[in-house]
Amino acid sequence: MPIETLIWLIPVPPLLSFFLIWLFANRNKALSHTIAIVLMAISWIISLYVFLTAITTEHFGAEVFGHSVPWLPTGDGALNMGVMVDPLTAGMLFFVPLTCLLIFIYSVGYHNFGGRLDPHDVHSTGSPAHNGVEPMYSRFFAFLSLFAFGMLLLVVADNLLMMFVGWEIMGLCSYLLIGFWHGRNYDDPKKITPRQAAVKAFMTTRVGDVFMMLGIVYLYFHTGTLSFREILYNEDVLHHLAETPSYIVGLSVAAMVGLLLFAGTVGKSAQFPLHVWLPDAMEGPTPVSAMIHAATMVSAGVYAMVRMFPLMSAGWHHGEALTPPMMAMGFIGAFTALFASTIAVAQRDVKKVLAYSTISQLGYMIAALGIGAYIAAAFHLITHAFFKALLFLGSGSVIHGVEHGVHHTHEHIDPQDMFNMGALRKKMPITFWTFLIGGFALSGFPFVTAGFWSKDEILADAFVANQLVFWVLVISAFLTAFYTMRQIALTFLGEPRTHSAEHAQETAWTMTTPLVILSFFAIFAGFVGVPEHFPALGELFHNLNVNRFHEFIGGTLIEHPEAVEFNVFPLLASIVVGVGGLTLGWLVYGWKPLKAGQPDPLAKPLGPIYTLLENKYYFDELYDFIFVRPARWISEVLVYQVMDKNIIDGFLHGVARVAVAIGIFFKGAEKVIINDPPDRLADFTQWLGRSFRVIQTGRIQSYLLIVMLVAVAFGGVYYLMLSGLVK
Amino acid sequence: MNFPFLSVIALTPIIMAVLLLAFPEDRKSEVRVAALAGAAACLGLSLWVYFTYDVSAGGYQFVEKFAWIPKLGIEYHVGVDGVSNPMVLLTGIVIFTGVLISWGIDDRPREFFAFLFILASGVFGVFVSLDLFQLFFFYEIAVFPMYLLIAIWGWKVTREYAAMKLTLFLFIGSVFSLIGALAMYFAIGKATGVYTFDMLKIAEAQAAGALNFNVSLFGSMIPFERLWFPIVFFGFAVLGGIYPFHNWSPDGHVAAPTAVSMFHAGVLMKLGAFAALRVGIMLMPEGARFHLPWIYVLTFINVVYGSFIAMRQTDLKYMIGYSSVSHMGLVSMGFATLNYHGYLGAAMQMFAHGVMTAMLFATVGMVYDRAHTRQRDELGGMAKKMPWVMAGFTIAALSSMGMPGFAGFMAEFPIFMGGWSAGQPGANFVAPYYSWLTIISAIAIVITAAYLLIAVQRVFFGDISEEHDHHVGDVTVLDKVAITTLATAMIAVGVFPFLMGPMVKSGIEAALRVFGGS
Repeated sequence: MPIETLIWLIPVPPLLSFFLIWLFANRNKALSHTIAIVLMAISWIISLYVFLTAITTEHFGAEVFGHSVPWLPTGDGALNMGVMVDPLTAGMLFFVPLTCLLIFIYSVGYHNFGGRLDPHDVHSTGSPAHNGVEPMYSRFFAFLSLFAFGMLLLVVADNLLMMFVGWEIMGLCSYLLIGFWHGRNYDDPKKITPRQAAVKAFMTTRVGDVFMMLGIVYLYFHTGTLSFREILYNEDVLHHLAETPSYIVGLSVAAMVGLLLFAGTVGKSAQFPLHVWLPDAMEGPTPVSAMIHAATMVSAGVYAMVRMFPLMSAGWHHGEALTPPMMAMGFIGAFTALFASTIAVAQRDVKKVLAYSTISQLGYMIAALGIGAYIAAAFHLITHAFFKALLFLGSGSVIHGVEHGVHHTHEHIDPQDMFNMGALRKKMPITFWTFLIGGFALSGFPFVTAGFWSKDEILADAFVANQLVFWVLVISAFLTAFYTMRQIALTFLGEPRTHSAEHAQETAWTMTTPLVILSFFAIFAGFVGVPEHFPALGELFHNLNVNRFHEFIGGTLIEHPEAVEFNVFPLLASIVVGVGGLTLGWLVYGWKPLKAGQPDPLAKPLGPIYTLLENKYYFDELYDFIFVRPARWISEVLVYQVMDKNIIDGFLHGVARVAVAIGIFFKGAEKVIINDPPDRLADFTQWLGRSFRVIQTGRIQSYLLIVMLVAVAFGGVYYLMLSGLVK
Repeated sequence: MNFPFLSVIALTPIIMAVLLLAFPEDRKSEVRVAALAGAAACLGLSLWVYFTYDVSAGGYQFVEKFAWIPKLGIEYHVGVDGVSNPMVLLTGIVIFTGVLISWGIDDRPREFFAFLFILASGVFGVFVSLDLFQLFFFYEIAVFPMYLLIAIWGWKVTREYAAMKLTLFLFIGSVFSLIGALAMYFAIGKATGVYTFDMLKIAEAQAAGALNFNVSLFGSMIPFERLWFPIVFFGFAVLGGIYPFHNWSPDGHVAAPTAVSMFHAGVLMKLGAFAALRVGIMLMPEGARFHLPWIYVLTFINVVYGSFIAMRQTDLKYMIGYSSVSHMGLVSMGFATLNYHGYLGAAMQMFAHGVMTAMLFATVGMVYDRAHTRQRDELGGMAKKMPWVMAGFTIAALSSMGMPGFAGFMAEFPIFMGGWSAGQPGANFVAPYYSWLTIISAIAIVITAAYLLIAVQRVFFGDISEEHDHHVGDVTVLDKVAITTLATAMIAVGVFPFLMGPMVKSGIEAALRVFGGS
């Protein structure tokens, strides 16, 4: 089969499994997950084949695999739908289907497959299973498959429109999956429910999507195509876009399009100021958090920027002033990286910490792109997907373990609150060790973790490109290591702080196996990107022919980016903050483990700052005040009551009243002028008749009398006339 | 002589109406079956016409032409092109699904279906008419049964008010249009010596310059088309819900029984937009060129304003009613761009909106019939009771908020493309504010997503009330058939836009030719 056909086939199996489960398997749990996993595995195998073909093809990048068909006719041509695999796509194809597959397998255990169906759960659909298997098991796999379809479609797309389609399908699935437990309610009315979180996530990302769509429209208007190959691999087009001034003074068309597309990423990848949805999205089941909010969907935002990088940087050359979209990416990315990591420090929920950590790490990648570190961004995208998926799945395993304890002890505690845990390393050893690996990778523990290599590369690039960005990223790397150690210590070390933690239990093999596989990649995925100039190790891996990442992904761009010179300062900084942050975290939380009921040791020294961080800088409240309420006011008061009801309807009703008044007037006039005279005439006639009625007695005698009287009268008259008395 | 498809499509419903009235009053089931058979025949024929239309040839096909009142130049002349063909199909879909979901009507179903069919005849007739007089003839046939359908079978609280408001608006609008059309008739007759209502001949004469003269108004001379275009356009656009003449429509939607709401929002509003295009824009392109740029501002208000009002509504029918105002605004917005993409999007939007709004009203009607409330906040947990309804409503909502993969996106995307490029220097340039208004109107997409998602969440998820839990049951098989039919149309066009795109393209190219290319 030609490779182009195979690429078309990559997204198909998950779509098929969505329909199969939905139509035929929605009552059979085993069949549902079998369909989902088998078809996902097929997708993965095809992807792997394509990936292997790609990396063994000479000069791959200059030549790519691709194929397209017309879809929607436009003025003089048609919008095409097509697929393409270039080195960047190949990289995505390596990790996206793999993580998806692992998360699918994990979900089997997560939803307690094999457990009995609690009769209580059947009755209250839409809440998490109390004990035993999830009642909406099949639906979960159907949605998850649809999501995988959206992601794979986005990855293999060869044009912005198809990418946007995948992008929106994921947005939809994200909505469906965050709100998966749609019946769930909390006692605390301030706590966001899954349904609200789903709407919030969809709406927030939608704001970005609308800008992105406008960007696509604008780009199409100027180029007449949306194909990546025709725009991004075409120097003339890029040059033209960079030279044409746009509508806004001082911005070229390329810059304007770039900024609009970046707005889409800000929404999807939860960058400041549209970051608010991601932490609340943790209301979804944990595999969803792992898949959507760590490994795939939020990465799609970064992927889109990596993909569009030639456009974002159109007109820019190494060492020159950055283009406006790059500046925006650099600053928003770096700011988000720091900002989110400060919030993560003060969170209690095990998943919320990871959510903010994700926002922060995505900020890293965006910042890297902003300073032109294309390859470093792509590299961190891949390594992060592995270790963050690992951490999320690990946290799911932890929650699952603690929930087991909660069921056992009937305690009323939040099983996601890290302050209710402790000492889980003994109860859940596999989860502990894999989580530790993931945590160390996230912190950038030197040399042995994947996170170190990708983060170090970003820092090395930033050091050369922009000192401000560099220092911001260094501080946030420090905070990252600190909150990671805080999380590990609170969860796994010390003594159990609740009975539930004491009775926690290691999870099923379906859950732990994906953890082990992911931790393999969390360590070894980094070695493909060890810089060649790196002392000792660079040489070593080069001889092993492992670290080809730079060269391979670099082939995506027309102008092959140069690797930065090795500099010892950023390397030292990276090691110091990584190890230092972990150490400090251990000193605060691991040295003297927290006792049950003891507050966070940070709360006292930080004081109001801690409260501020705990409340996420009050962004939810702020947005409610400046966006949600004014929108409600406009719709309720301004347009509905004032315009529609008072002005327009008021005018109409006024006209109607005038018309009615005229009608009443005419009715009155008609009565007096037209209606009344004939009526009076009729009345008169009637009166006349009534007056004569008295003589109509019906008695012959009376009539004869009258006849006689009349005859006499007439006779008298005639007599008088004839006799000449009357003339 | 080929089989007269279009006449059969347009006249079947009215013949069915007469037949239905011949049934004994108490034979309700037979009446329903007969109605369904009639509706299915319409759908089948319109599908046949849709798929046998030769896209590569384009132009008017399935043409039939007979002299009607030759002395006045009135003919019976029908035909479909790439724009009207999807509209005929849409009407077929809506009448079919409308009959299906009205199965449960127990109050005089015979008369109900008869009026519904008369309405359908009128609608089909307008879409296929190529003669101006005939168009008005069918147009009035389409409007008058609405009054009876709403006033007799409608929602008891507002039906009289709403029926009256709607009828007055539409009749007044059509009177203005008729006056405009007559002005055109006499002007053309005077200029060419041939008095004709044939729209093709009028267009020809217009192109030859027959309307290129000035008329005096209050002492100043203005070109004929500039004077008469707004009168004809707004007369029809009232039915398309253009701001500020939109507000008969939500009241009408709410008061009408479900099938009539579907017809009303799904098809009847398109009638206005369609006639505004056919009679207003295509017959008086010079006037259109002059006036549409400011009308664009009104359509922009339509889009944003409608979506904001929809957001505050808690009555689901009012919400959908205002969302129709907003979405029909997109249709007129597309027309007002004066370029290819805008027209492509507008024509696609007419179909897309017709199907999705029919679905929204149908599903809300199903919920209302069982839960006896349309208040979003009194409902909840309906997904458990009626999963098909939830799926249908959600699909329509997604289409409505412009989600790729559904028909709505295939319409909105080109409209925004058209609006944007009309404000950019280049071939399509009209005025700079086009781009700005396009950007701002994108807010409506976000707002639309907000109110629809909140509605989905409140109505279908969350807690179900005790009472609903006991009394609400699932919908019937016929309802499910209706939901499936509508959903199929939305998804088919969304995923395979080439089912409709090339056809619409052939139609609007003819429409755009009157602007001299582009």
